[in-house]
Amino acid sequence: MNPLSSLFSSFRARGGVHPDGRKDLSAEPPIRLLPMPPLLFVPLQQHVGAPARLSVVVGDLVLKGQLIGASGGNISAPVHAPSSGRVVAIGDFPSPHPSGLPSATVTIAPDGEDRWIEADVLDDPFSLSPEEISARVGAAGIVGLGGATFPSAVKLNLSRKSGIATLIVNGGECEPYLTCDDRLMRERADGIVEGILLIAHAAGAKEMLVGIEDNKPEAIAAMRRAAAGTKVQIRVVPAMYPMGWDKRMIQVLTGKEVPAEGRSAEIGVLVHNVATAWAVREAIRFGRPLVSRVVTVSGAAVAAPGNLEVPIGALAADLIKACGGLLSDPARLVLGGPMMGTQLPHLNVPMVKGSSGLLALTGKEIGLRVAQNSPAPCIRCSSCVRACPAGLLPLEMAAHIRAADLSSAVGLGLKDCIGCGSCSYVCPAQIPLVHYFNYAKGELAALEKAKLRTDATRKLADSRNERMARVVREREEAARLRVAKKAAAEAAKAAKTAAEKAEVVA
Amino acid sequence: MFIAIFSLTVLGGALGLFLGYAARRLKVEGNPLVEEIQAILPGSQCGQCGFPGCAGAARALANGAAPATLCPPGGREVAALLAAKLGVEVNLSEVKNAVPRIAEVQEDLCIGCTKCYKACPTDAIMGAAKQIHAVFREACTACGKCVEVCPTEATRLIPVPVTLQSWYWSKPAMQGTPA
Repeated sequence: MNPLSSLFSSFRARGGVHPDGRKDLSAEPPIRLLPMPPLLFVPLQQHVGAPARLSVVVGDLVLKGQLIGASGGNISAPVHAPSSGRVVAIGDFPSPHPSGLPSATVTIAPDGEDRWIEADVLDDPFSLSPEEISARVGAAGIVGLGGATFPSAVKLNLSRKSGIATLIVNGGECEPYLTCDDRLMRERADGIVEGILLIAHAAGAKEMLVGIEDNKPEAIAAMRRAAAGTKVQIRVVPAMYPMGWDKRMIQVLTGKEVPAEGRSAEIGVLVHNVATAWAVREAIRFGRPLVSRVVTVSGAAVAAPGNLEVPIGALAADLIKACGGLLSDPARLVLGGPMMGTQLPHLNVPMVKGSSGLLALTGKEIGLRVAQNSPAPCIRCSSCVRACPAGLLPLEMAAHIRAADLSSAVGLGLKDCIGCGSCSYVCPAQIPLVHYFNYAKGELAALEKAKLRTDATRKLADSRNERMARVVREREEAARLRVAKKAAAEAAKAAKTAAEKAEVVA
Repeated sequence: MFIAIFSLTVLGGALGLFLGYAARRLKVEGNPLVEEIQAILPGSQCGQCGFPGCAGAARALANGAAPATLCPPGGREVAALLAAKLGVEVNLSEVKNAVPRIAEVQEDLCIGCTKCYKACPTDAIMGAAKQIHAVFREACTACGKCVEVCPTEATRLIPVPVTLQSWYWSKPAMQGTPA
């Protein structure tokens, strides 16, 4: 680092790393349509929140875009049929999740006609009220396509309530290998810009900023052309990881920082991904729910890497086949990017709304020989501290978590960790730092859940005790009444006999 | 006879009033810690800790006669809260080894005797006479009372099944030397 840049380093956003991009593998070929696979496996849980509630039965004929799972709660999203065909099975199927656990899945056999359900095509989507747009976005099952998969309509409603000044559309795509947003911006810039205008209309945002990393010049040019004459501003941001983190993007574009453990709405900013903007436009203008997405298929083990437009529910194996198959046995299969994605146990899992990439990586790419050495002791070099974009102390947090002292880790800001993996990436001792943090976050969530459960069961136990006491009380009362009644009857009988006797005597 | 009845009534009444007054005037404050501890415990009175119900366990905890990890249905969460309340150190890893469990009714063995749902302290079992019973997973604290009363051994405790919602990363394997 030369002295001048070190002088200015205090003005730059902190942390971050510069992994080898390897985007050239898949960036050039245009987006291709995946040939319709023989079966589509559509999970009912593809988003953050409650799973969708099943609304079809086995044997039903469905059209493309027909509802197969309704929204299951306040924070949930509906699921639609990705093609026309017949529902052939409903049941557990391996989910694209690191645990490999099964989840409730609707299996559809496409009939090959790919017929859309009748939709409401609008000439002027801007005539809709913001509430109507949010409702339609929710009904279309749109979730954050950057990977977070948070239901977009919930975000829009929240931002209208809290008052949003700025809409930031995230075209960062800082993960190595991934080029799906890059290709989308190059090929469908007009639609994305219209989607941005619709989101801004629905959220009530005055300012619209699109942040794109400077390693995508074609995308920047295409978006500039499309945005000419509109209020959408295209901003170029330096390429570094994790530029696509929403809070980092906000900081770079607006100079404002989201407070710790806070949300971007607190400083009047709403962030959506470019692919989400495209999906919003499809839903509002053409009435088409989210049933497909662009997925990057890449890695040195793939014969012809590229981007595919994939119906939700296509198997990873279908994507690999469409990209020429595998050149060698991959050392690792990854869903998403190599930094934050999850390892897949096999190719027999479906693509879902949040799947941005499918990577088949060779041993050389993941540095297998190096990785086989078990983690070495921490030498407290503090590389991770410099790399952490959230300004945390990964080495200290990991040490506390190792010692089962989670509350100290929380005190050090564990809840602000975004799991970006920058710390693990730079660690010379190869300590699985981000694994520690993911474990600790899961453990904390489980403890929280257990606490709620204990409270609920205590209430149940209390109400049962009360009920039992009441039953006993009522039984005693009934017995008393019975005794009193009997006594009264006997008294009456005695009186009657006495009266009869008296009569006889008389 | 009336004199005897009268004198004993007066005597009894006076003594009763005196005792009532004394009980109020000389009331011994219970240890407030016991009540606070009882509020933390699950309240299902299951007796798995070996004490007569949660109140007994709370008294034992307040006297220091029982460890903070005594409550199996409460699990780690309750153990941590108890340790914080009592100001003691507790090794949560001991509790951690006890996998959270819930009750299950094996349908092929259930004869619908209704004994288990009458015994359940949290109303977690649903059933009727001569009908197969079932367990509400969310309400079950795995206290084991239903297991004790079942005449056909149809109820048992099983580990809580892991789902996508409850799964999380396990703790990384220990390194040879401290991090």
